[in-house]
Amino acid sequence: MDISFENVAYTYQPKTPFEHRAIHDLSFQVSSGTFVAIVGHTGSGKSTLIQHLNGLLRPTQGQVTIGDYQLSSDKKLKEMKELRRRVGVVFQYPEHQLFEETVAKDIAFGPANFGVDQAEIKKRTYEVIQAVQIPEDLLERSPFDLSGGQMRRVAIAGVLAMEPEVLVLDEPTAGLDPRGQKDIMDMFYRLHQEKNLTTVLVTHSMEDALHYADHVIILDHGTKYMEGKPAEVFVKKEELNKVQLDLPEVIQFIFKVEEKFGFRLTYRGQELSELAQELKELIRGADNHE
Amino acid sequence: MNKLILGRYFPGDSWLHRLDPRAKLLAGVYFIFVLFLANNWETYLVLGLFTFAVMRLSDVKFGIYLRGVRPLIWLILFTVFLQILFTAGGEIYLDWGPITISEFGLINGVYIFCRFVMIIFISTVITLTTKPIDLTDAINILLRPLQKLRIPVDELSLMLSISLRFIPNLLDETQKVMDAQRARGTEFGEGSLFRQMKTLVPIFLPLFVSSLNRAEDMANAMEVRGYQSGEKRSIFRQLYWRRRDTLSLFIMILLTTLLIWLRTEGGIGH
Repeated sequence: MDISFENVAYTYQPKTPFEHRAIHDLSFQVSSGTFVAIVGHTGSGKSTLIQHLNGLLRPTQGQVTIGDYQLSSDKKLKEMKELRRRVGVVFQYPEHQLFEETVAKDIAFGPANFGVDQAEIKKRTYEVIQAVQIPEDLLERSPFDLSGGQMRRVAIAGVLAMEPEVLVLDEPTAGLDPRGQKDIMDMFYRLHQEKNLTTVLVTHSMEDALHYADHVIILDHGTKYMEGKPAEVFVKKEELNKVQLDLPEVIQFIFKVEEKFGFRLTYRGQELSELAQELKELIRGADNHE
Repeated sequence: MNKLILGRYFPGDSWLHRLDPRAKLLAGVYFIFVLFLANNWETYLVLGLFTFAVMRLSDVKFGIYLRGVRPLIWLILFTVFLQILFTAGGEIYLDWGPITISEFGLINGVYIFCRFVMIIFISTVITLTTKPIDLTDAINILLRPLQKLRIPVDELSLMLSISLRFIPNLLDETQKVMDAQRARGTEFGEGSLFRQMKTLVPIFLPLFVSSLNRAEDMANAMEVRGYQSGEKRSIFRQLYWRRRDTLSLFIMILLTTLLIWLRTEGGIGH
């Protein structure tokens, strides 16, 4: 589904002394099937933005359009439930939302709320546990017996079982070990491609944004600061530093190489180690020619 | 949840903000007792003026106090109407079975209304102008004498300060869990009472589990930092009793004297 924000503003507790303007003058467009990363410093309004995508918050100004659904301040959306089914949100630390007796029941909770029948739920459950790599024998265990990493996978499976068309991820890898972080991100990327999802990733990690996203939106103080293709956005060192963001490691590496050797490596999604290898070969090649 | 004004702290620098929390707490509790001295319109007028003056001193807008009363207004009105409908005495305006609207009933109703509102206003003044942490310190010190009766005052005040500290966290977490479950298709506040109660399970259980986890983490963190219950500890945040604190208690005594005088001498029919 296409997503578009038109001059959206959201104020928490308006007309009270605790009034707080979280986002303002926010406009952007994301076409269906895009993997978009939303990056910004803490408090830049990322999480508030996310809650507009499935109608948990309604803009106090402007208009949010998701597919055929429109959210604005003046009217309530009738098909809210349908919107929530089609936009799956994985919140920060999603393992905190588990509550059922067994893993299987917890995964079924979302689809059951949206009226999916038992047989279909069962079919989906087996699909999603494979996608998030949970062994089948865990299905009848209590979610509270699992390790932190497994609990998060179960929580994610619960969202995927709704078969959303838009997947919204709010720092899905926070607090995981490096291996777990990579596994989960790769999994989301695979799903994104296989199911042709529109994925919105909120992250602090420039590396993830560069590596997975097609489009990057940088927020600062509640409004859009920059947007574009990751490879174009993440080379603007001064602009990023102004909003307390760093370049991803690989880009920093490429810049350092340029500074030292006078030539530029081209970025095509390589890891740091692959870039180092490339550099090694280039230098060796240059040596051989002399 | 955000509508709750009662129990919230409002940063500021008024005369009341700078008052020692012990003085405020003592004066506040004392005021609630003093309220029961009032029995005629002069005494209520004096108390009303006093309450209004205190509220002005706090530098907080009047509207905020009104919002503090709003969530309780139905409870107050309910009590007031019961009082009006079932009190007999004086001139009778309406008599209908067990229900009588009488002069005494009406007067009592108005008095009870004033009493409720003043109690809420004064306690709101205290919480709006005192940091919760200062309040617990004050409670701890004021309860000290109870230690002689083997009541574990330090532990109680520790529990109190931990609870206060975690209220905002728990509220935040409640909001997060609710959002997460709404995203998974739960609709709150819809359907029959039974269905509505069932939708609370997906909120309560995660909150309960995370509270248990948090308690364990916190107990461990306290222990590794050398906390042992029952041991003598020093105090980091010292409270200082100044002249204005004595003055505030003195004002309360003046108020009491005035009320007692109005009760006996100045009142109508005396």
